[in-house]
Parts: sequence; C-alpha cells; structure tokens
Amino acid sequence: MRPVTDVAVAVDAKQTYVAEFASSEKELGGPKWVRTLRQNAIARFESFGFPTQRHEEWKYTNLAPLLRGPFKPAILARPDGVLAEKLEPFTFGVLKTNQVVFVNGRYAPRLSYLRSLPEGVRIRSMAEMLRSEPRALEKHVARHASFEADSFVALNTAFFQDGAFIEIPKNTVVDEPIHLLFLSASKDLPIVAHPRNLILLGANSQATVIETYAGWAPDVTFTNAATEVVVGPAAVLEHYQVQRESERAFHFGTMTIDQERDSSVTAHSMSFGGSLSRNSVSTIFRGPGGSLTLNGIFMPRETQQHDNYTRIDHVAPSCTSVELYRGILDGRSRGVFNGNIYVRKDAQKTVARQTNKNLLLSKEAFVDSTPGLEILADDVKCNHASTIGQLDDNAVFYLRSRGIDEEAARNILTYAFVADVVNQVRVAPIRIKLDQLILSRLPKGAGLGETL
Amino acid sequence: MLEIKGLHVKVAGKEILKGIDLSILPGEVHAIMGPNGSGKTTLAQVLAGRVTYEVTGGTARFEGKDLLAMKPEDRAREGVFMAFQYPVEIPGVSNAYFLKAALNAIRKYHGQDEIDAMDFVTLVQDKAKLLGLDETFMKRGLNEGFSGGEKKKNEVFQMAVLEPKFCVLDETDSGLDIDALRLVANGINAMRSPKRAMLVVTHYQRLLDYVVPDVVHVLVDGKIVKSGDADLARNLEKHGYGWILEEAPRPAAARP
Repeated sequence: MRPVTDVAVAVDAKQTYVAEFASSEKELGGPKWVRTLRQNAIARFESFGFPTQRHEEWKYTNLAPLLRGPFKPAILARPDGVLAEKLEPFTFGVLKTNQVVFVNGRYAPRLSYLRSLPEGVRIRSMAEMLRSEPRALEKHVARHASFEADSFVALNTAFFQDGAFIEIPKNTVVDEPIHLLFLSASKDLPIVAHPRNLILLGANSQATVIETYAGWAPDVTFTNAATEVVVGPAAVLEHYQVQRESERAFHFGTMTIDQERDSSVTAHSMSFGGSLSRNSVSTIFRGPGGSLTLNGIFMPRETQQHDNYTRIDHVAPSCTSVELYRGILDGRSRGVFNGNIYVRKDAQKTVARQTNKNLLLSKEAFVDSTPGLEILADDVKCNHASTIGQLDDNAVFYLRSRGIDEEAARNILTYAFVADVVNQVRVAPIRIKLDQLILSRLPKGAGLGETL
Repeated sequence: MLEIKGLHVKVAGKEILKGIDLSILPGEVHAIMGPNGSGKTTLAQVLAGRVTYEVTGGTARFEGKDLLAMKPEDRAREGVFMAFQYPVEIPGVSNAYFLKAALNAIRKYHGQDEIDAMDFVTLVQDKAKLLGLDETFMKRGLNEGFSGGEKKKNEVFQMAVLEPKFCVLDETDSGLDIDALRLVANGINAMRSPKRAMLVVTHYQRLLDYVVPDVVHVLVDGKIVKSGDADLARNLEKHGYGWILEEAPRPAAARP
C-alpha cells in the first residue's frame, strides 16, 4: 500500500543521524555513564530506525517531510539574537513565574530569572548538572523515558546536551509556577534541538510547571524534546505543555510521568503550532491511591498535522485517571488521537475514563481517533468514548435567530467545544492566555473578547 | 406590522404551506391553532429564517420590509423573535454570555453602544424574577440539562430581555405543568403592549386561557381555514377540529 520511497527516505535519514552522532560524539560529552547511555541509544536507534506508516502507532502520520530534512545540530545556528521583549507573547500576563528560557535547546541565563524559592528547591540547567552533579541525574535520566521502543526518545538520549532540571524537596510547596520556555529561532538554517528535562517532586510536595515550546514564522526547526517526571508519594503536580512552534516547524515531544502512591497529577497539553507535531504522554501509577487528569487540546489548521499519543498504565490498584482530549481541525489539516489505557492484573478498583471528541470545521480536514482500553483486572470502572463531528446547524440557527451573526455563532460554538477542558485550568492567567490562543485561531476569530 | 400574502413553503420537496394570508397589526395577539402536521411550526420557522424551508411563493413583509430576504440574524435585529418549540442545548456557552452577545449584536445593529455590565445584570435579574428563574441559571450552559419547562421559561426570558417588536411563540405551552404554564403566560402577558405584536402557535387551547388572543386562526393542511375571536379557540377545545373540517371545504378533505 505505502510507497517504497517512504521506507527509503526513512533509511537515508537514519544514516544521516547515525553519521552525525559518530562525528559529534566527543563534543556531546558527559560523564562515562552518559556516554554509554548515548551509545546504547544510538545503537538502538540504528537498529530500528525511524518509524514508517507501517508501524501501528504511526499509521496516520507521514514523517517524510521531517526526514527529508536535513536538520543541522542547533549549535551551528547563528548565536541567538533573541531579545527579552520578544518573549512577551509567550508569557502569561500578570502571572508571576520562575522563568527559565532555552534558545535552540541551550539554557539562556540572560533571559531567565528565578524568584525567591523555598529552601531546597533546585532549578538548574541540565548542562550544568551534567558538569557539576551528574550523580544526581544518574538515578533518573533514561530510567523513565525508555528509548527501547521509541526512535525519538532514542535520538534525544543520544544527542541531548541541555534542558531543565527541577527538584522539589519533600513537604515543600512552590507557589509560583515554573515556566520552562523553549524557543526555536533559526532564520537561515534548519536546525534540530533535543532538550531533555527532568522534574522530580519529593514526597508531599507541590508545584506547577509550564513547558512552552515556541518559535517564529517562517523558521524551519525541529524540536525533539523529552521530559521525565517523577511525582513522589502524595505530591501534587500541575503541568502544562503549550506547543506554539512556527507553523513550518517540526515538534516531537515525549513526556513520561511516574506517579508514586497517593500522588495527584493534572497535565494539560495544548498543540497549536508546528507543520508536523507529535505529542506523546505516558504515565504510570507505581503505587495505590494516585489520581491523574490528562487533558489535551489540539487545533491544527491549513496543512498542519497534530498527532497525539497517550498511554496510561494502571499498574497499582485504586488509582483514578480521567482523560479528556479535544481536537478542532480546520483547512486540510490532519489530526490523530491514539489513546491507550492499560489496567494490569493487580490494579483492582481502578477508575479510568477516556474521552476524545473532534470537531471538523472544514470538509478537507481529517482526524483519526483510536481510543483503547486493555483491562486485565476484574473490579474496575472503565470507559472510553470518541466522537468526530461538525458544528450543529440547529445550534448555529438558534444563535443566529437571536441576532448573532453566522460567523460569530460558529466561533462561539467552536470555542464552546473546548470550554470544558479550558475551564479545568485552575490558574486564571494561564486560562485567560489559553482562551486568547484558542480564540485567535478561530476563523476570523476577532470579536469574541471575553470568556464565555 | 406583519403582512403575509399567498405564502407557499416546501420542506424536503413537499409542500407544507399552501397559500397563507395573514395580517397582524401592532398590539395584536394572534393565535394559530391546528392539528398535528398542519404546518404551524413550518410557519413559525420560516418567519425566523430557517434555511431548510423553501419558500416557493408569496411574500412576508415586516414593517414594510421584505422579511424573507433577510438573514435570520437580521430578522432578530429588526425585532422578530421566535421562541423555539425545541430550544437547543449548548454546553460551554453560558446563558449570560449568550444573552449578552445577542443583546449587544442587536444594539450594535441599531447604532447603540454595548450594554454596561451592571445594567445588564440588573436587567437580567428583573426579568429572571418575572419567570421564577434563580440566579445560578445564568452561569449554567445554555439550556444545558434544563428540563422541558426550564427551556420554555428560558425562551420567554430571552424574549423579555431582548424586547422584540414581534414575537412568534412556537408551542411554548407544550410540556409545561400548570405552575410553569402560569409563569410563562405571565411572562408573555407582561410583554403585551400596543407597540408589540405576537403570533402564538399552539395545538391546545390551554395557553389561550391565560394569554387571550385577539384573533384565532385555524390552520389545516397548510391553509388557514377559519379565523375568529377567542371563542373560536374555546369551541375547538370543546368540539375538536372535526366540525371545522366539515364546515370549511378544502382540498385535503377531498382526499380519500
């Protein structure tokens, strides 16, 4: 069925990255265990290469545009000319955050600032940690995000040099959100960056972390990020991932979350940018009593492709996961929702709910939704649902019959489609920002100035 | 105010209205009664501008303007309001947001500024009280999870806030218990004024005990076969539609 060239392109691209690794291995550096890790990762990558549409999980995503590249290591980009003023669109208005900025994958101290943090909280760049305290990383890096089965994680593991390291000690509450802002900026050269983040929450701690990935049109960049998160016993994490890359960019993000007993995680992932973007979230309940809210909004338009992969693994009993993904697709865009929930044999008293709803605003848009539940325990409450539809003509007429013009009526109904997800964002300035982002992407979205 | 002449309407290729003539003056309340399938709802919907209804002949002028040529939103802005038989549920859009958006769209059309936030709250509270709606209702999704009665109250509530010149009430009484019916009727009666006209479409005479019409029309098989005063509605309630069918010769009666 698939053209053979697809495979040939994938093979060529693989060889390019493998050769790139061989020539830059020394430069990539790191302590011995990291160098070994890189070698294992590239070997693994070399053996299975890039996925093609023959792979079940990649069935609906054509990687050819990414693989044709070629992307140069970000270090070759001109020294960054990113000014502090240019960051403003990506911040959250009045919200006071600890802001840690990365440009093309490298920590940018002059754009970053930390507010007063509780004692023991550490926010560092991964590069600095690799130099000064690699042992603190060894227990975690690549222990949660496995490169055994994921080409992009393998590439990231082979090439990563920097990223964010966050450690919250036990019994500590960080009130002000930590905003990790990853900027892709390369005017002339297509570049690739592999940021690597590690977020560790000690027992009974609490934090809010925002990861923004952003860039500017018409830059062609490739971000291949990996974030490993460990949430200690009874700890509470609120996590936001906002993908606002250039609409010609490629974005691959993989997040893994390990939840220990009684921990609580709310993770929102919002995709707006990228010509091709894949957002993967994998979580695992290691101990009983955990809860997870996993929400997502994706809004591709024109020829954008947004691919979402989620995996929730109920290993321990008595955990609850509620997953809510909404897609709004316009133009000739493509979307994928691939949701996987596993309820293992011992995970009794599991509650797992998964919903994916998609709204097609144009006849040429296409979405593939594959919800999945695999249940091996017998005393559980699980369900999943998936819908694909258009705006309801009766609802449009109802609004128009009250004096609201057709365009505004359509926009109101489109916004309403994701309102239940947005309303779950507890931090008001983040919610307002998301509202603005969503409204700005509606067809001729002006005129819906306030929260519905 | 409303002048309908020889109106013919098709729905999915089938002729439903077969030549309606109707003239409504400011201050009047007209009732349209008729058996199921006679075309009552089609008449209401076509006045509101539903596109699935195809006008094949005739005219409808509202204050001298060609109503049928206007977009639904412009009809509303000109002062036509239809209370839906089946109001749509729209989760994610609050009643407050919706009503404010509607009110401001109408104001803008007439060159007025957007309503002041506090004025809006006061306006809404006054009208909500009239219909026995509590305050939390404004924050809820539009008709989301509303009972049949609540939805109908919400229609009349919207009408009270938007203050249209001409109101079409499509089966607003159906599915209401007696308490809700009284509240809805009070809401409608509070709107009666020498400057405003109403067209009350109903299957039963019940609502007309409370909202007493000036003129009653009987619609049968797409045509108005009899018109009269409020007594006509009472006779229909007592004797059914049968006697009218015998009295008024009409094409449908001739069919086997």
